[in-house]
Amino acid sequence: MQLSMFFQHLANAISLGSLYSLVAIGYTMVYGILRLINFAHGDLLMLAAYIVYYARGMFHLPWPISIILAILLTAGTGILVERAAYRPLRDSPRTTILISAIGVSFLVENLGLVLFGGRPQPFPLPAVFDSGSAREIGGVRVENITFAIPVVTLVLLYVLLHIVHKTKTGMAMRAVARDFDTAGLMGVDVNRIVAITFAIGSALAAVGGIMWGMKFPQINPLMGMMPGMKCFIAAVFGGIGNIQGAVVGGFILGVAEIMIVAFLPSISGYRDAFAFVILIGTLLIRPTGLIGEKVAEKV
Amino acid sequence: MRKTKLVAIVLLLTLLLPLVQGCGPKAQTENGQGQEEPTPSEVHIGVYEPMTGASASGGQMTWEGIQLANEMHPEVLGLPVRLHLEDNKTDKTEAANAVTRLIDQKNVVAIIGSYGSSLSIAGGEVAKNKKIPVVGCSPTNPLVTQDNPYYFRVCFIDPFQGKVMAKYAYESLNAKTAVIIRNVQDDYAVGLANYFKEAFIQLTGNDKSVLAELEYNTGDQDFTAQLTQTASLAPDVVFAPGNYGDSALMIRQARTLKITAPFLGGDTWEAPEFIEIGKEDVEGATLSTHYSVQATGTDASREFVEAYKAKYGKDPNAFAALGYDAYLMILDAIKRANSIKPEDIRNALAETKDFKGVTGTITMDENRDANKSAVILQVKGGKFEYLTTVEPF
Repeated sequence: MQLSMFFQHLANAISLGSLYSLVAIGYTMVYGILRLINFAHGDLLMLAAYIVYYARGMFHLPWPISIILAILLTAGTGILVERAAYRPLRDSPRTTILISAIGVSFLVENLGLVLFGGRPQPFPLPAVFDSGSAREIGGVRVENITFAIPVVTLVLLYVLLHIVHKTKTGMAMRAVARDFDTAGLMGVDVNRIVAITFAIGSALAAVGGIMWGMKFPQINPLMGMMPGMKCFIAAVFGGIGNIQGAVVGGFILGVAEIMIVAFLPSISGYRDAFAFVILIGTLLIRPTGLIGEKVAEKV
Repeated sequence: MRKTKLVAIVLLLTLLLPLVQGCGPKAQTENGQGQEEPTPSEVHIGVYEPMTGASASGGQMTWEGIQLANEMHPEVLGLPVRLHLEDNKTDKTEAANAVTRLIDQKNVVAIIGSYGSSLSIAGGEVAKNKKIPVVGCSPTNPLVTQDNPYYFRVCFIDPFQGKVMAKYAYESLNAKTAVIIRNVQDDYAVGLANYFKEAFIQLTGNDKSVLAELEYNTGDQDFTAQLTQTASLAPDVVFAPGNYGDSALMIRQARTLKITAPFLGGDTWEAPEFIEIGKEDVEGATLSTHYSVQATGTDASREFVEAYKAKYGKDPNAFAALGYDAYLMILDAIKRANSIKPEDIRNALAETKDFKGVTGTITMDENRDANKSAVILQVKGGKFEYLTTVEPF
């Protein structure tokens, strides 16, 4: 394999991996606080993509407003989902909430089918990210979006870590993550903190959805399913509940997926299966994931 | 607490309601199969198409054509024809379920569908067991009608389509080498890719003229790894049969990676979304399909085009035309059989000869396939432009 071709594969891999990381952060953050795998995460991602699609295509709003609107509306939906589907079950066994989460996921998907229709739609792209915008660096072709996604991921990672570790709300989040009841007794408004967690998690899903749409400009109501699965795997692989772990897990998954097609083209049809093999392997060999430790501080 | 329980019970009942309704017509079927046939007041024809999911566009375009045909010809043997639509959600399991529902709950005597060969193969198995004839509009894989005496189709099949595109690549584009990128989970794409490969190797006389066969899965959105490989092989053409959405994304990524080789595909590319998603990147993409408004047509096709434009305000494409033909071919069979028993309709369908359809003259061969010409279209200026018609060879 030529060197330039290898670097091209690497550039593709980083582009895909950073996208996985971005979505995995949101997964892991909600899990860290609530011990709940929010299966509707991928569907919130879809919702955000459609909000931008309508804001741009139907109402012709400028880009910044469309993006902010998508983030706010998705965060609001996240709070609503928590209020309606998770809060009433907070004292139930964990499996019950898990099933409720799957239910929410199906509900959002099917609502999407009813409201938006089943036909795939083209996602609007700002001119900087158009396919003609690719640059050539040392024989390697890189799209502009490939530069943008890792930057967004890292900025969000920094902001998130700052919120969790440096603010009062973050301290409350960590307290809630340790123990719901005790945190409540210490004067933490648990409901408010959980709502904030969901709002932030959903806002992250929204950013993920917008980035996903810009990288793969074809959206449909079921587009959240595969990202949901893949990024869940990335989060588990990195150590679910651990934010840095999600970033690492996403990158590794992206790189692994591209390299398997690049070096073993004969089994490229099994690319998705490979992601699930990683999941099963992680759960068998190291259930806490790469970075997650049993005693690690969650979130 | 009481209130919660009440709400739960109401919700449960709402969920159960469709089940109860579903049972009604089924019970009738069982009664109806007694000694005395009840006089039917309507002819029920089922339609199963992908109205949602990855192939939604194809299913919806076909459904438009079928509805139009039903509006223009709402009666047969003096009885009104009622259409029943089931969404197969671009899912093989759902396709089988949809056919079961049509037969068991809606009492249909014939079925139309489905866009997508994989879906048709799954649905056909059920129809065969229940002995209800099905007319496929656009499933082009040979396996759809093979060993299934109840499955017919109004379109050509992939061995021909593959040959048409291989010939186009070799003769019109002067291509000596090709790379194939196909969706391994899609019977249509795998089949068509194989027929293209066979024909292309035969034309070029070089076993190695197909440089690589690369694969992807349904739902994949990132094709950069396959395309990076394609770029390093520098083929004259890339043959990439697959879903319009996946293929449009693939071609975008290919142009980003500076692959300039022309992309060729099959009839599934003909959807407005292919151009909406692919934008200027799919300019020059070339595909084979069943029908074009721009090709000179018969009286039947002119009547169809005008009615379609009046109803939907746009030009019809191949799938709408095939849906229209499938409906009319069933009506024609019912008339000739002078019966609405599924078995009689099946036998009449098998004898279809020189049926004047919008997409051409249809005669069922011994495999229940239609032997028809193909048209080649190319994306130019954001539209599918007609290039040429290829007669069966």
